[in-house]
Amino acid sequence: MAKIRHDDRGSLLAPLKALGFFTRAPVTETLAPRPASLNYRGFHVNDWSQCIGCGTCQRICDNAAITMVTIPSLPQDPARGIRNQRPAIDYGRCCWCGLCVDICPSGSIALTREYIHICRESELDSYFVLPDPNGIHGQPFPAGWAKSEVSELIDPARQPMKELPAPTRIQGFDEIVQGYEPQQAIDEAARCVQCGLCHEACPTHMHAPEYIRAIWRGDAEEAVRQIYRTNPFAHVCGRVCTHRCEQACSIGNRGEPLAIRWLKRHAMDSVPDERVRELVTQDSVAAPSGRRVAIVGSGPAGLTAAFDLARHGHAVTVYEALARPGGMPRYGIPAYRLPDDRLDADIAVIEAQGVEIRCNTPIGAELTMETLRQQYDAVVLAIGLQLGRSTRIPGSGHRDVHTAVELLRRIREGEALAPPKRVVIIGGGNVAMDIARSLARLQMRRHGAIDITVCALEDFDHFPADPTELKEAREEGVRVLASRGPKEIVIDADGGLGGLKTLGVTSVFDEQGRFAPRYNHEDEQLHEAAWVVEAIGQISDISILGDSLSERLEWDRGRLRVDENGRTAEPWLWSAGDMVRGPDVVHAVADGHRVAASIHQALQQHTEAGS
Amino acid sequence: MRPENYQARAHPPSHEYELNFGPNHPGIEGNYALRVRLHGDRVVAARAEGGYLHRGFEKLMEGRLWIQNIALVPRICVPDPSPMEVCYALSVEALCGIEVPPRAQWIRVMQLEMSRIAAHLFTFGGHAATTGLYTNMFWGVADRDRVLDRFEELTGGRVYSIFNLPGGVRRDLPDGFLERLSGLLDYLESRLEDYDELFFRNRVFVRRARGVGVMSQQQALEWGVTGPNLRATGLAFDVRRDDPYLVYDQLDFDIVTEEAGDALARNLVRRGELRQSIRILRQVIERLPAIDGPVRAPIPNPLAWRVPAGETYTRIESSKGELAYYVVSTGGEKPYRVHVRGPSSMHAVQVLERLVVGSRLEDIAQIMFSLDACPPEVDR
Repeated sequence: MAKIRHDDRGSLLAPLKALGFFTRAPVTETLAPRPASLNYRGFHVNDWSQCIGCGTCQRICDNAAITMVTIPSLPQDPARGIRNQRPAIDYGRCCWCGLCVDICPSGSIALTREYIHICRESELDSYFVLPDPNGIHGQPFPAGWAKSEVSELIDPARQPMKELPAPTRIQGFDEIVQGYEPQQAIDEAARCVQCGLCHEACPTHMHAPEYIRAIWRGDAEEAVRQIYRTNPFAHVCGRVCTHRCEQACSIGNRGEPLAIRWLKRHAMDSVPDERVRELVTQDSVAAPSGRRVAIVGSGPAGLTAAFDLARHGHAVTVYEALARPGGMPRYGIPAYRLPDDRLDADIAVIEAQGVEIRCNTPIGAELTMETLRQQYDAVVLAIGLQLGRSTRIPGSGHRDVHTAVELLRRIREGEALAPPKRVVIIGGGNVAMDIARSLARLQMRRHGAIDITVCALEDFDHFPADPTELKEAREEGVRVLASRGPKEIVIDADGGLGGLKTLGVTSVFDEQGRFAPRYNHEDEQLHEAAWVVEAIGQISDISILGDSLSERLEWDRGRLRVDENGRTAEPWLWSAGDMVRGPDVVHAVADGHRVAASIHQALQQHTEAGS
Repeated sequence: MRPENYQARAHPPSHEYELNFGPNHPGIEGNYALRVRLHGDRVVAARAEGGYLHRGFEKLMEGRLWIQNIALVPRICVPDPSPMEVCYALSVEALCGIEVPPRAQWIRVMQLEMSRIAAHLFTFGGHAATTGLYTNMFWGVADRDRVLDRFEELTGGRVYSIFNLPGGVRRDLPDGFLERLSGLLDYLESRLEDYDELFFRNRVFVRRARGVGVMSQQQALEWGVTGPNLRATGLAFDVRRDDPYLVYDQLDFDIVTEEAGDALARNLVRRGELRQSIRILRQVIERLPAIDGPVRAPIPNPLAWRVPAGETYTRIESSKGELAYYVVSTGGEKPYRVHVRGPSSMHAVQVLERLVVGSRLEDIAQIMFSLDACPPEVDR
């Protein structure tokens, strides 16, 4: 590089060189207005139809410029993870960094190529604006800095779960899911943006953001505390919950939702059972109230109510007809999904609160509901749905036609069930998958081969079973047929069961959305089998109530009618769980809490009125 | 009668007076003040008075998530923001052990050199204005704007690019960006001769700047001077070459030095560095297309990101000298401590206070500009 010569005075005419500038465009010319660059980070635009109101933009904003504002006219749908809130931006604070755009889980927010916002005198507060699909001026500007894969700040992929491979798991009833390694759990928990949509979607409103955060911090005990704030069936829900939370998870909008259920499982598994009991019992300080509550049924609803009521100081006795407590999780869910010892651990925590569980004590002839009414201040009916429905097609009364819940219970009771080489199952829900996969294991053990056909009314686009269940069942060799309706059960000349005839389904619901399957009668198939298992739904065995009580109670198409707190027409009787809400474990837990709160309130009012 | 413990107040000599130079003065970059003691128009003593732009960045950074500070740091030095981002990102990467993809490293070098050009154009302009040469200031600002156009295209922001995250950069290059950058360099090169004519060979400037604000190499080293100011005393020290970061060790460039150590020499070093930056950018334009791969290494969810415990001192060469971040993490979601070792705080305080002594009142402004001290960065 040439050094400059300052001492060279140059020609006397040198200043005339400046005249040359007359022929050149000025350096500082006024530029014609041009649009901003394609990536420009100008004012915000927000697609309200995409925005889910999760508020992640608010949390990442480094200047606290974003406030979530409730827009009452917008839809609010907690189950789908949609809140009717939208971000409003204080442009006195915004620094246009665009981190809100890069982290937005739904990808709805973007920055525009809008250079200027003019604040008119009449709207001096217009620094605070609510961007909608038209930007902030009501006139759309093209999007500038928008979501891109490169600048994405959210990790869309979930940590893989270690599971037994199909050939191994089909050999027995060992639990399939092996659980996260500690680091995996931390990495999975780190994906959470703490939006809380899961908390709103969960029927029992579990504090998922809090326990996920605790797991991320490596504090499993705090996670357990957070889990027990709302759910005493912690191990059960960590394994078999229908995880509404994950359907609502904001990360699921553009990636895989957080494995919230597996994280709960991890937290519960990483704290020893005795320590869990200690943690949960620590803050239970209520003095005995002198009130007594009977609970009929020891499933999730009954025991959750028992847990709450015992912690309020009431003396709780749970009556269970079967040999062991737990209800459907014990007798309806196969062990490969929920091992007994985990359920036992949950129940041990509930018992540690002072709940007395009396097994092998059915209500009916010897111990009547009337006796309970006389002996207790309140009674909860939480008997669940323990009888399988029948299709009532021709031949369904045959001895080799079974209901799924009955078979599942017999398997779980340890009976040496001997399924034949060929089995057909009617139904496409999770119970159908449970019995198909359980029988497949037994067939494997007995015959060394699996031949199970599941016939579901619905097509695969509207399949009722959990997609994971469907996938795993197929991996294990279960044949799943969609859009097949049962026509009749074929009985051989010698009285043995020959198989099931099905028809192709053209539609499941009618124009009004009512259940009214229509069949194509030319599309008939025979599925040969020695057993047919019906898995089309369950009902309650209400015979235990007795005629007089049944008459006094109100019924709604076979289902006991209760108010929003679970109270029946009888002032001393509440009901909770599957028998009033339909089958779902986490709904049963939520219902247990609701009923317990209502009973506690009633008992307290009673005490105050009496004293 | 006076009490025994009476002591007469020591008054300054009556021929001296004190003058507040700034904080609002056209010859001062930003809000910054000197309290100067003058004898006639000769400076006898000076005291730097900063703090007008103190926003408490270092403390603010302790209260923010690691990623949020990316939006904060460019504001520490407005005319040359890219080194702030890159240096902070490098510090966090050092603590986390993140390997930055090569393509991102090249893009970072490109930003740093673009920013250096923009900053130097600004400084020439400012210096020229302190000697009454306003055309040069208009030119400098106008040409800097053309660099900012490219920043706008690349990063979405003209001044605060907020483009470097720990792990890399936020976007890849827009289509055709390097051609347009090349066009910009062609334009700038065509302007260099004009700048020489109008400024560097301008006798007004040369005679005003020569011999003003002289420091020796030894003084410079004692006072913590770095960057072009140090190189103007003849010492060829440049972090880019002596402690290479990013891909500077793969680039061909000269360290520009001058011997005189005065205001003129410092400007001539910057004049040379502008050319060197163009040279580096030409190499980037040539080699970057061949470097494939991602522009970002994966980082955890920024809302749940703990940086491993540790401390790091990471330095780079900004247009004003050695810029470094001393970052301490205790393994938390936010930095435990961030200290910015900005070059301007040395240049604008201990160096300026000494250099103006003995100079004339009208030279204070150009001494400050020749040191290229940036008040927002002094105060932080």
